Amino acid sequence: MWRDAALVAGRDLRLELRSRVGMNQVAPFAVLVLVLFAFALDTEGGVLQRTAPGLFWVAVLLSALLAIQRSAGLDAPDGVRDALRLSGLDPAGVFLGKVAAVAVQLAALEVLLGVGVVVLYDVELGGLWTLLATAVTATVGLAAAGTLYGVLAAGLRVRETLLPLLLLPVVAPVLIAATRASEAALEGVALDVAPADWLRLLVVFAVIYVAFGVAAYGPLLEEA
Amino acid sequence: MSSRSTTSSALTLTLGLAALVALGTTVALGLSLPQTVEQAHYSKLIAIHPGLAWASYVSFGVTAVASALWLLPRTRSRTWDLIAGSAAELGVLFTALTLVTGSIWGRPTWGVWWVWDARLTLSALMLALYLGYLALRRVPGDPDVTARRSAVAALLAVLVVPVNHFAVEWWRTLHQGRSLAQMTPQDDLDGEFIGAMLVGFLAMTLVFCWLLVHRYRVARLEADVEDEALDVALAERRREAERV
Amino acid sequence: MDPAVHLRGAVCLLGRFPALAGADLDVDPGEVVLLRGPNGAGKTTLLRALAGLLPVTRGEAVVLGHDLVRDRKAVRPHVGYLGHSPGLYDDLTVRDNLRFWARAGRHELGDALDRAGVDARLHGVQVARLSAGQRRRVALAALLVRRPRLWLLDEPHAALDAPGRDLVDGLVRDAAAGGATVLVASHELDRARSLADRAVVVAGGTVEPEAANVA
Repeated sequence: MWRDAALVAGRDLRLELRSRVGMNQVAPFAVLVLVLFAFALDTEGGVLQRTAPGLFWVAVLLSALLAIQRSAGLDAPDGVRDALRLSGLDPAGVFLGKVAAVAVQLAALEVLLGVGVVVLYDVELGGLWTLLATAVTATVGLAAAGTLYGVLAAGLRVRETLLPLLLLPVVAPVLIAATRASEAALEGVALDVAPADWLRLLVVFAVIYVAFGVAAYGPLLEEA
Repeated sequence: MSSRSTTSSALTLTLGLAALVALGTTVALGLSLPQTVEQAHYSKLIAIHPGLAWASYVSFGVTAVASALWLLPRTRSRTWDLIAGSAAELGVLFTALTLVTGSIWGRPTWGVWWVWDARLTLSALMLALYLGYLALRRVPGDPDVTARRSAVAALLAVLVVPVNHFAVEWWRTLHQGRSLAQMTPQDDLDGEFIGAMLVGFLAMTLVFCWLLVHRYRVARLEADVEDEALDVALAERRREAERV
Repeated sequence: MDPAVHLRGAVCLLGRFPALAGADLDVDPGEVVLLRGPNGAGKTTLLRALAGLLPVTRGEAVVLGHDLVRDRKAVRPHVGYLGHSPGLYDDLTVRDNLRFWARAGRHELGDALDRAGVDARLHGVQVARLSAGQRRRVALAALLVRRPRLWLLDEPHAALDAPGRDLVDGLVRDAAAGGATVLVASHELDRARSLADRAVVVAGGTVEPEAANVA
């Protein structure tokens, strides 16, 4: 399973490198979202700084939708789906590989957005370990949930409109938890709910979706 | 089942009657409740709003259990898939009503139609989850394939709900600074309010059961029609072969 | 000797539609069989079911000793399926595609690309830039890598130029000579007839042996 996962992750990342969709479309979109927020909100009075964590994670979420759509679309064409099933690859491995590839792309995006937020919104960084832990757990959770729902909606002509509808209510808690944890990290604000609790929620979310995906990806891939 | 032209039967008539009686009692009790200082007439909504929320959770639970039963090879049967779909539709109905009554109830207290209270937000998220589930069911295709996808989606939603619950609870209840109007008017309530609420629970449960039986039977009839169409198509196919 | 393919009353559903409505078929190992029939008759469904891709809901279906009704996944490593759309990633190069699919099935790449007649200059080109005919050759290479005992070819000659079609024929003959069983669905009747040992007609979801003799 791990060998297959590595193989698939490598393939997805190579696909990304060759097609440059992430760089040419998703990244500019993400930065655009940040800029649009700045237009919409008051750039004076520290509004941007205070809401930066939330805006950051919203931008990540919207960009993640694109990245996930793209990842799901790679294995959607009939010929490819058939070949995948005929190949003897362990479906759990395929799932993990795709999750890893999406997570790597999201991580790169988050670094970019992080820089964007610091520069555009004039935010001071702090609590880096918490930020890092938040980002890692949230990213894995998003990637796993997205890949799972991606195959759930795969092969359907309506996949592109269905996937956001399915995914957004599901990843709402990630948005909430990641934002709150990031806020705590940045401002050192003592929240009534400790950042550790939020992180725990993110970990639970990630574990649920990775476990479910490993179990369900194969059966979901099957129905031709 | 008694007759093919309607979906009613002794069971549904009994259920329907019981539900009607319970509902009537609920309304009567509700209207007879005294007005509270803060909420005037609106406090009477306690009779039906929590009941509706309860029914939405029941619907959700039935969908989840039916989906699980469908997924297990030993208990797999079209029946469970049809029940899951029917219960989900009812879930959308009850959740939407919960949101509407919650909004109406809160308006005089908050002065606005919506507030990001933990329970309302959670209900809104659940509504979105349900709608996604129903959208998934509507995609045309092999019924077994649809059943499998929907069952997986339903079980995923079950896992999502507790996570959402904690996230939203923590988010709203412990938000710094702002003082939200408490959305738990049950706190300082007298027995008669609690009584009306409980009768409301009973009434909504009965209404749910009644609706579920009818909706399931309609779904079953639809499925039977499709099966007949399949046999016709099979016969047609064979005749095609003979023509060649 | 056990047949390579044995179907009795096989039923395959596509949604609600019975694409295969009680198909009977027996094929011995090493045979090359042509599947004829009008469009929509079920040729593609038959090939996909034999590949273990589609569930057989009723009847008997045994391929290469594997019971498809019980577990259709077991037969997959042993078959090579060439469908209408090539199972290739558009944005990867020819070589990357082959390497991925070879490693996925734990095969060696070998000289598959050469044997499939894929020009060496194209090896580093993205699949999206290739013509349909070139893509078909790459798909054939991916099939060769698997060294399957059962070849399932769905209209392999379509969109190929004359040398390409000759290549397909050559590969089929080599495969059969090596003991593999080949089922070819084709509208190119003359060419396919010279290739095949016999022909069957697929119509209305069932399979009938051809009345006339195969030339």
